[in-house]
Order: sequence, then structure tokens, then C-alpha cells
Amino acid sequence: MSILEVQNVNKSFGGLKALQNVNLKVEEGTIHAIIGPNGAGKSTLLNCFVGKLVPDTGSVTFDGQSLLQKKPHEINQMGVSRVFQTPEIFTDLTVFENVMIPCFAKRDGSFELNAWKPVTRESDIRERAEQMLIDVNMIDKRDMIASSMSRGDKRRLEMAMCLSQSPKLLLLDEPTAGMARADTESTIELLKEIQARLKITMAIIEHDMGVVFSLAQKISVLAQGTVIAEDLPDAIRSDPRVKEAYLGTAAED
Amino acid sequence: MLNLNQRDTGTFLFVIIITVLAPFVMNPFPTESAMAQFNAGYPDLMQRFVIFGIFAIGFNILFGLTGYLSFGHAAFLGVGSYAAVWMFKLLSYNIIPALVLSVIIAGIFSLFIGFLCLRRSGIYFSILTLAFAQMSFAIAYSVLSNPKFNLTNGETGLQVYADDIQLFKVENLTTPHLFGVKMNSTYELTLGAWDFQFNVGYYVSAVVMILMFYVSIRIFRSPFGLMLRAVKTNQTRLNYTGLNTRPYTLAAFVISGMYAGLAGGLLASMDPLAGAERMQWTASGEVVLMTILGGAGTLLGPVLGAGFIKYFENILSKINDNVLHAWFQYLPEWLENSLVWVLHWFTGKGWHLTLGLLFMIIVIFLPGGLMDGANRIREAIRGRKAKKNAKTPAE
Repeated sequence: MSILEVQNVNKSFGGLKALQNVNLKVEEGTIHAIIGPNGAGKSTLLNCFVGKLVPDTGSVTFDGQSLLQKKPHEINQMGVSRVFQTPEIFTDLTVFENVMIPCFAKRDGSFELNAWKPVTRESDIRERAEQMLIDVNMIDKRDMIASSMSRGDKRRLEMAMCLSQSPKLLLLDEPTAGMARADTESTIELLKEIQARLKITMAIIEHDMGVVFSLAQKISVLAQGTVIAEDLPDAIRSDPRVKEAYLGTAAED
Repeated sequence: MLNLNQRDTGTFLFVIIITVLAPFVMNPFPTESAMAQFNAGYPDLMQRFVIFGIFAIGFNILFGLTGYLSFGHAAFLGVGSYAAVWMFKLLSYNIIPALVLSVIIAGIFSLFIGFLCLRRSGIYFSILTLAFAQMSFAIAYSVLSNPKFNLTNGETGLQVYADDIQLFKVENLTTPHLFGVKMNSTYELTLGAWDFQFNVGYYVSAVVMILMFYVSIRIFRSPFGLMLRAVKTNQTRLNYTGLNTRPYTLAAFVISGMYAGLAGGLLASMDPLAGAERMQWTASGEVVLMTILGGAGTLLGPVLGAGFIKYFENILSKINDNVLHAWFQYLPEWLENSLVWVLHWFTGKGWHLTLGLLFMIIVIFLPGGLMDGANRIREAIRGRKAKKNAKTPAE
């Protein structure tokens, strides 16, 4: 069953057609990668999933509900979490506070005037946040200010924040961009482990082919705003259209 | 204690002790001594300390936590004052209904202004609040003061007249009171060369400030306070975490507006007069200075900042040329005159210049305000202790 369905989506900015008749289905419980060369429209497509952009035409449905005209926080409350290309975390707060915030959002909804009870008395939230930090191996950094961490740790923290909401769909925008090799590998391991343990559906936008082929169960290739191929990793690897999109016109022409 | 952690309990007790003992603490110099003019222990000034303390505590909930810099909070202070004086005019001089109405009216007013201004952030938000506050000032100053409909009494300021309705008028109580205890009654205690003044109005305001300080600690430590700090740090992440930032910022705006209204109501309760100048942008700027000077985002900072500014405003402006001449009369005349000439610019009517210099020094060398300074001193002492401990050989 597909959890995210994109049908005939078009989006243009002025004269530039960023997306043309994009169709995509993300199956529940899988890791689905969206790849493509620079400027193919990957980020535009992702922004249409989370409510940052509204497609000109077409539909985006999640879990049977349309995502069009919904605000980012409403979409998140439906169960879609997003990891950004550069980690978006609360840099002035401690690691623990960072993880508590999504736990509050999950429990209390998009707004709750909870202005009297001390945070230290919210034991259910604290337990949940602590468990999450143990799960991602960050419990020793609990009281660090988030801005003082390495980039890999920031990514890990952002992932923990998203996972603490137990989302139905996790969107990852180049989760390993600009990372050192060791950090990239540990991120891949983390994602694999999460997938195995929690069976969360993931949609990944990625440049790094190594990451894509070691994670994805299905791959869509985007080039110049259209999906040129959607298949299993092995089929994609040998697809001539994909090679062409990445390397330019085939040599025999 | 009171659901506070150890450190907050300490801060809270510190505030209680200082405010309760203020008539002593603020009055360190004997009445007849030359230093007596630096005493701040007289009712009028002490009332200002705590009332502007309330104003700054509330402002800090908005600015210190969310980072939204409002340049129009004096409008809520002014609205609170008008509401309180109207209660005096219509009901009686009892301050309870006056304070209740001033908080309610300021709350409604800030809900309306906040709803419109919070559609923007950063400098645009500041400019919008400034515009609204200046509009309120102009409306109070002239528009709502005409013979047909006189809500604010324009330039003269709103005050209570003998022929006002006063439904629950009590004879002999012609100044604000709390169930018969007059705000302006003062008990004087003479101890040796010192005179200490215990004023009812001050203690009523002080109790209100202590309560409001407690409320602000609870807000700071609550999940709501955590969300407000998150708003300051990263709104994008907050939105993509399923939280709607607008109601959070609006709630913070309204809470701080109600604090300002309460402060305005108390000002009117100490002196039953409300003028439009209370809403002017300089008054809004003053609370911004207080908060930054004391340390935005800290619990105690705004109270210290309010005290600091009100102290220098009152003490420096009292030092005129005559006082200066008296100080330097033992010097040769040419030196006396030139010293007075120099200091003339910094005291008396020139006190703004001194305040400006102090503000610059603090912001440049202590970006976190007075609280930053206090923390550095504390850390220096702790560091020295640690060094001493390290030197003593282990047993």
C-alpha cells in the first residue's frame, strides 16, 4: 500500500518549469530514494510534500489525505517528519531540551498553553526523550548546548528529534551532505537500524550513490523536472536513461 | 520550595528579602550627611523601582524568551493607567477593581495589537509595534479628548474630580486605598542619624511584584517557556516539528501586555493621574533599555535594570549646579567653575548623557547585561577558590 502518492504535479517558478507531470508512489515500510542531477527538482518536490511549496497543478496525498494547502506544522501533526540538508535544531538549547520539544508536540498538538507545570515534572516526556537519546547513543551528550556539537552529532540529534515523534513517514533531504566518510557510514547504519527496528517509511533525497544503493529499496530518478525512471536499485544501476541523465548524452550518438 | 528548583528558590528569596528590606537597603546614608542625596529610600522612588520592575519582568517574557523586540509596550502601560483612573472615577478609590480592570483592558488591547503585529517578525515587528504605540499615544492625546466624548482628558491627563460619580464613595478616603489603608500613608522610623520610611503603597506594589516575579519564574521553567525559547532559536524547526509558532508568540505578547497593564494600574494607584505621555515611544524605549541593561532572558536582570535606570534618573537629575558648587567649594574658584562646567553636562537635566554612557559601557563590555557581570564575578570567585583548593595538598 502506498503511503505517499504524487500525481501529475507541476510547479514552475516564472518561466522555469521545475516539476513537470511528476508521478511517484512511496510504499509503506520501505526506503524510497529520489535521485537526480543538480537542478532536477528534487528539493522542489520535497518542499511540495511538507507544505513549504504548493504545486501549481496535481495532487499530493498522504495516508489518503491531501497535503495541498496545509501548513508545515499541520503536515507534521499528520505524521510526516523532515530532516533538513543542513541540520535544523534548536542551537541555543541543550540536547535534552531539543528532544523534549518534539515529544511535547506529539503529546499536546500544535499549541498548548502549558505555562505553570515545571518541565522537570513532565516525567512521561522526560522518559521518552531520555529513551530516544539512549537509542541514538547520545545520552552522554544530554546536557550539552546543541550548537557546540559536531555536524555528525547535529544530524544524529535532528534524526532523534524526528524519530521521537514516531512519524509515519520520514523525509530526509541529503542526510549525508557535507559529512566525513565515517559520519556518512554511521548515518547509513543508523538509518538501516531504524528501518529494521521501527519499520518507518522513509523518502530520501540523495546525491551520494553509495548511500543510495546501500539504503534504498526503490529508486526514482528525477531529471529536468520529470521522473525518468522508477525501479529497484539493480535495474536503476543498469538503466541507460539514468546514465544519460547523469553523464550527458550517450557516447555512441 | 514552591515547585522551584534550588537555584530559582535562591533567586526568589533574594528578591523577597531585598524588596522587604528596601527602606533600609536603599537608605545607607544618614539624613544630615552630604551623601544623603544618594539615598533612594523614599516612597516615590521605591514605588517606581518595583512598578517598573513588574513592567520589565513582563517585557522580558516576550523579548527575553522569544526575541521579539516590541517597541510599543508603553501603550499597554498607559492603557492600564487610564483603566485604573476610570475605576476610581466610577466606583471608588479602592485599588482592587482598578488593578483588575487595568489588567483586563491591557490584555484585550495587546491581543488586538499582537494579532496584527505578529504577522511579521524581526525589525518589521518592532516597527509595527512602534507605530501602534504612537497611534495610541496620538489617540489618547487628542482624538479621545473632546467635549462630547472625553475618555482621556488629553493634555491635562485623566484625574478624579470632586463631582465624579464614585458609586461606592467612602467619606474621608480621597486618595487610593486598599480597603481603607491609604497608599500614601508612611510610617517613619528614626534610628540615630537615619530616617527610614515605610510606605503602604510601596509594600502593596512590592507584594504584587513578588507575586509577578514568581509567576515569571514558573513561566520560564514551564513547557510553554521552553517553546518560547525554541521560537527564538529556530522557528523553521519548530514549524516542521508540528508546532504553530503564532499562538505561542501571541500568548507571550498578551502575557507581557497584561504585566504592563498591571504596572500602569499600580502607577495610577500610587498617584491617581494618567497622562498620554506614559504611552510615548520614549517610555517604550525605556523598558527595552531596562531589560537589556539588566540582562534579557534572565530572571533577575529586568528587575535590576529597572532599579538601575530609575535610580540614576532620579538621583542624577537632582544634582543641579548649586549642588555641584557646594561639592567643590573648597577648591580654587577657577577649578571649581571648570569642574562644575564639565559635570553640568552629565547631571541635572543632562542625566540622559550619563545614562547613555553607562548603557554603552555595559552593552560593550557586558553584552549579557548586569546579570552577565554578576555571573563573571561569581565565576572569578569560584575560580580563585578552586585554585586555592587545588594548592592545598590532599590529605
